[in-house]
Amino acid sequence: MHQEYTVIEGDFVNAGKASSSVKKTLKQLNVSPQIVKRVVVALYEAEVNAIAHAYGGTVSVDIEADKITMVVADKGPGIPDIALAMQEGYSTARPEVRDMGFGAGMGLPNMQKNVDKLNVTSEVGVGTTVEMEVNFA
Amino acid sequence: MKVKELVEKLNLKVLSGESGLDREIEGCYVSDLLSDVMGNAEMGNVWVTLQTHKNVMAIASLKELACVILVKNQQAAEDTLEQSNEEGIPFLSTTMQTFETAGKIYELLK
Repeated sequence: MHQEYTVIEGDFVNAGKASSSVKKTLKQLNVSPQIVKRVVVALYEAEVNAIAHAYGGTVSVDIEADKITMVVADKGPGIPDIALAMQEGYSTARPEVRDMGFGAGMGLPNMQKNVDKLNVTSEVGVGTTVEMEVNFA
Repeated sequence: MKVKELVEKLNLKVLSGESGLDREIEGCYVSDLLSDVMGNAEMGNVWVTLQTHKNVMAIASLKELACVILVKNQQAAEDTLEQSNEEGIPFLSTTMQTFETAGKIYELLK
């Protein structure tokens, strides 16, 4: 099953729409609540990152019998040092984004903790792609 | 404990989401950092915060929290309250600040 969502720059009001929709689908498919929780945390963080840091992007979700694959690809400034960005507490979020309670440097670590496979690729000035997989069993 | 019992015991104001007042409370999480709540709150938790924008509701819904308590008499944004009504997750407010609020909830739930 394939689903696609569009993410718009700065559109915080709709942050979580893709995660919410994927959550409903997984529940309908009787995926275990523990797995659904992990998928939701990881996908929400990726959505928020694309909204907060990039100039828009897409969320592609593929659900198979044994796993879910989520790819969040944005057009954006890119990440010059991915290892640094992965560190808990490191953030480049703007002050107004931090005031909302985002930008604590917990997004990528939250993704890492909740998925079975995480692959971040980025080109400065072009964009970032976050690929995540969660196994159902 | 149900949300409505907490409302009575702490004299909270119900801002929205009345249909969720029978939701069962399992523990509490106190934080104003959204990713902290996203990563660490548990289903059924009461969330105590001073954040009032719509993303609070998105997280409360995704995490299936019992309710949200806004401290220091904060008012939630209109679209936050609308979504709270749609999803039946109550938004409550208190005149207390976070420390007192969390302390009282701790006494009730421990």
